[in-house]
Amino acid sequence: MSKVKAIVIRSPGANCDGEAVFALEKAGADVALVHINELSRREYKLADYSILLIPGGFTYGDDISGGKVLANELKLKLGEDVDRFVNDGKLIIGICNGFQIMIKAGILPKLGDGELPKLTLTYNDSGKFECRWVHLNVNQKSPCIYTKGIEQMYVPVAHGEGKLIGDANAISANNIVLYYADEKGNRNAGYPFNPNGSIKNIAGICDDTGRIFALMPHPERHIMGTQHPQWTRLGAKAYGEGFPIFQNAVKFAKGL
Amino acid sequence: MHRIEIRLKNHLTDARGLGLVKDISDLGIKTVTAAHVSDIYYLDASLPAKQLARVCRELLADPVSQDYTADAAIIDETRPGLHVVEVAYNAGVVDPVEETVLKATGDMNIKGIRAVKTAKRYLISGKLTRKQLIDLTAKLLVNPIIQHAVQPGWHPFAATPVYTFKLNRVEMLKAKKSALEKIREQYGFTQGEFKAICDYYKKEGVNPTDVELETLAQTWSEHCVHKTFKASITYDKTIVNNILKSTIARATKEMNKPWCLSVFVDNAGVIEFDDKHAICFKVETHNHPSAVEPYGGAATGIGGVVRDVMGTGLGADPILNTDVFCFAPPDFPNEKLPKGVLHPKRVYKGVRAGVADYGNRLGIPTLNGAILFDERYLANPLVFCGTLGVMPKDKTQMGQQQPGDKVVVVGGKTGRDGIHGVTFASEQLTEESGEVSFTSVQIGNAIVEKKVLDILLTARDRGLYSRIQDVGGGGLSSAVGEVGADTGVRVDLEKVPLKYAGLSYTEIWISESQERMVISVPPQHVAEIMKLFASEDVEAAVIGEFTDDKRLSLFYKGNQVSNLSMDFLHKGLPQWQLTAEWSPVKNPEPSFKPPADLGQSLKSILATWNVCSKEDVIRQYDHEVQGGSVLKPMVGVNNDGPGDAAIVRPVLSSDKGVVVSNGINPKYSQLDPYWMAASAIDEALRQIIAVGGNLDRVALLDNFCWGDTRRPEMLGALIRAAQACYDMATVYGTPFISGKDSLYNEFEYEGKLISIPHTLLISAMGVMEDVNKAVSMDFKVAGNSIYVVGATKNELGGSAYLDINGETGNSVPKVDAKTAKFTMDKLSSAINQGLVLSCHDCSEGGIGVAVAEMAFAGGLGAQINLKTVPLADEMTRDDYVLFSESNSRFIVEVPPEKKTAFEKALKGVVFAEIGKVVKTTDFEVIGLKGKPVLHEKLADLKEAWQKPLR
Repeated sequence: MSKVKAIVIRSPGANCDGEAVFALEKAGADVALVHINELSRREYKLADYSILLIPGGFTYGDDISGGKVLANELKLKLGEDVDRFVNDGKLIIGICNGFQIMIKAGILPKLGDGELPKLTLTYNDSGKFECRWVHLNVNQKSPCIYTKGIEQMYVPVAHGEGKLIGDANAISANNIVLYYADEKGNRNAGYPFNPNGSIKNIAGICDDTGRIFALMPHPERHIMGTQHPQWTRLGAKAYGEGFPIFQNAVKFAKGL
Repeated sequence: MHRIEIRLKNHLTDARGLGLVKDISDLGIKTVTAAHVSDIYYLDASLPAKQLARVCRELLADPVSQDYTADAAIIDETRPGLHVVEVAYNAGVVDPVEETVLKATGDMNIKGIRAVKTAKRYLISGKLTRKQLIDLTAKLLVNPIIQHAVQPGWHPFAATPVYTFKLNRVEMLKAKKSALEKIREQYGFTQGEFKAICDYYKKEGVNPTDVELETLAQTWSEHCVHKTFKASITYDKTIVNNILKSTIARATKEMNKPWCLSVFVDNAGVIEFDDKHAICFKVETHNHPSAVEPYGGAATGIGGVVRDVMGTGLGADPILNTDVFCFAPPDFPNEKLPKGVLHPKRVYKGVRAGVADYGNRLGIPTLNGAILFDERYLANPLVFCGTLGVMPKDKTQMGQQQPGDKVVVVGGKTGRDGIHGVTFASEQLTEESGEVSFTSVQIGNAIVEKKVLDILLTARDRGLYSRIQDVGGGGLSSAVGEVGADTGVRVDLEKVPLKYAGLSYTEIWISESQERMVISVPPQHVAEIMKLFASEDVEAAVIGEFTDDKRLSLFYKGNQVSNLSMDFLHKGLPQWQLTAEWSPVKNPEPSFKPPADLGQSLKSILATWNVCSKEDVIRQYDHEVQGGSVLKPMVGVNNDGPGDAAIVRPVLSSDKGVVVSNGINPKYSQLDPYWMAASAIDEALRQIIAVGGNLDRVALLDNFCWGDTRRPEMLGALIRAAQACYDMATVYGTPFISGKDSLYNEFEYEGKLISIPHTLLISAMGVMEDVNKAVSMDFKVAGNSIYVVGATKNELGGSAYLDINGETGNSVPKVDAKTAKFTMDKLSSAINQGLVLSCHDCSEGGIGVAVAEMAFAGGLGAQINLKTVPLADEMTRDDYVLFSESNSRFIVEVPPEKKTAFEKALKGVVFAEIGKVVKTTDFEVIGLKGKPVLHEKLADLKEAWQKPLR
């Protein structure tokens, strides 16, 4: 059986593409790392892939606001291709800057023509970019296909604009996939467990199908046991806690 | 012109505003109640209303969090108690946001926007006098080097200046002595150098052009050619001919390690990593620019060293950054601040932000570093930026261009940035530096560099260029001049892409604009490589070609402006003749009595600026990007203990790793620069051993930051430090592969000379066969034994302990390198056998600080007995045993079942079991006489350590 084909978008200032490719490949996907210009020029077609990953970074320097300019570009130059990709039942995952891009491009939550987003990601309450490890508690009622079988996950965040704000009703309770929590799963542990001050301690969301998923933390940076910040205390596990996200995606895509 | 103002919606917290209120309060102004920051965009366009609204609504303002006004009357100014300051960039400073906005509006198919400028508007509420407002504007909001507070009637889009070509020849052949002297001073040549230049032009029979003299000044500057390190120096009745060759590089040459692939010839040193890969490492300083514009100076420091790695061999991929800063203490009294000097807190904040913004944007993890404090860095902070890169083994050697190959400049466009930066870096700062040097500061744009990096490695792997060189200090003059040294080169300067019009040919040639690389491209690859760059919107231009005439030929629109012999340019510089001397200092011996309870002393040391936690800074650097980190900067049960060396995987699918560490202790240099240097080397190597590395394949970098070495005692200190480098490296078996020096780090204020302490940063990288064998420094399990490895001596000179008691002393820590290497090899092997659960090196604050850090990092108590500590000197004071800073020592945790094996593995090494890890929340120390001398709660120790820079 042929491998699941995944595409990771590279763009000026994206910088988590390397670990994203590594994670998908380790999960068994055949991964193409493609520049946004190559997609815009139609040298590569989204339709040829089953999984689209929008990686983290500082696309276009995060000038104006985090992810804004690539969101604008995606919407205007590749909007129809993305819509078709979603309608074809395929998978999209946006991580960190990828989440900012998806929310601002109206990919998640999905916006109609001319409709403005009701949610956004803005500056952390701390006013700072922060890199730290967070415990994520998974909403078991969510349809998210990526988090199947996961209850709690320990992965890093590294962002300055990760606070989700806006109209909380714009997203249904089930479509909230991940909550910031403490190690016991308590979702109201406050800073620094919730590193940015997001409403309802939301770290990641999905659409009704569970195939379109975006999150601020970085599961692709916890693929190996030795990436855990305390593996020298606890022993290194065979795989990191972020790895099942990619295994689930590849497994689902295989069934398409 | 349109003016768009973007504001955060009223109900949202303005984190930037809150930060500003705090900063204003720190200045001593307590009357400010609130502050808000809004972003202004000026568009040089006249757009139809509908389009303007689209730009605002869909692009510039976030509909959820922000409101906008477009072309509205500026409101709010008149409300009582509201003070408004708008800050814009100075003319000639290129605003990186401009390009992004133009790109995004282009994507929206909106045409007719000629230019974009941004500004920030600060709305400050509260009672302020006019003087207070001016004061806080100057201290917090505006850096006059790049910005100004906008006055009414200001127009953001100044008319483009025009440059009319005129060839400037400098009359030297017929000039009088006094006129010649003026020329010499203008270009900063020494008498000997200038004589060589006069002789050359006499022989050529023409007068030099201005650009030729500029090229000579740049190429012969200390920054580029390291005249002091290559000088012939009379020292101690002998001649030291070339410090570099006779000490540091000599050690490398004598050891002749087969795994050293490229040393001292390229931008970075290169060693073999595995069968397919090599790794390269470079650390640079960016001190003077950071003193006048901390944010931009530090950012471009990172940008520069990353380009060094990109320009090593045929190009390497950066995978790790390391940064070391030296500042004056952040609590330095405002009123004592000399004129023209930025407050150390502002320097600290600016440098941290600059490094974070640039490094994070490039996607390179900052995994390791240090921050040190000393008042003598007040006007002259040190900013060391280091980058490690990985490359295929067949791309490690510098390329060689052929005559006919094209000169291609890639990346950033050229503006007036940093003109004369090199000669500036080689001069002392004065209180006017801030004003006269405004063009010396370079403005960085990380994304431009990232774009170049992304595509360059593709071009490398396709073999499209024959050689690569970064454009750094000295601009194209240094980069093209250096590459073309052995062939000759012709450049048509009008072909260099410019940020704005109006640059003269000389400015184009010497500009230090960032994010540029120069490559030589064989003619048959030109079309392909230009297409490749264009495909990712990377600027590139063919600006000339390499020749075979060994001349530096520059043209501007067909007019020849330089015709200089490459041999003279690169070999004509006469060797400097210098004198050096050094005599030991004698300080008063400390006379204070040992305190009965050492708990307070320990807390005081933990709370010193040098020892205290730097977590706040570390968290603002991304240390996880690329996914390679194995040991992170913060370790332990709460991820907040101070780790030793960092470990990273250059190849994610391999278990082989690289260990990176730094050693630095300028406090010892006032006692003896020789032992300061030896201690720095020992510290860097200790850290590698402490995490499970070994000395089998460790390479070192040196970075000397010194005062004015034209003074014999300064130069004598430099020679002593360099001699230590040779003596130590040869015994440890760790060659130097690259280095850098920054001299003249002095500051003249009201006739008084402030020189930085002699500062040597030793950076080390080592190859680790299996990263799964790494250990961290946090205690793991109660009941385990605590060992000290290495002998403790009566070496408190320059220590943190004497410092908190207001003393310096004399007994500087020495290094017995032979014993140290034996100890390190044995301990490394014990760790590799899995006999050790945690290990921490003893540095500032000695055993006391090391055990305390291991305890609170692991969340476990510790009991130790000083009577069991192996002493090499007779010592009767508990405080001295606990806080001595003797080198080559480690604290090690060993589980009971492995004690026998561990002790056997360390046969022949001085070591002893000194206590136990315990299941309490206390750190307890029994003194030499069997009585308790310290009993502290871990929480109190940790709080003392975390509080100062939280």
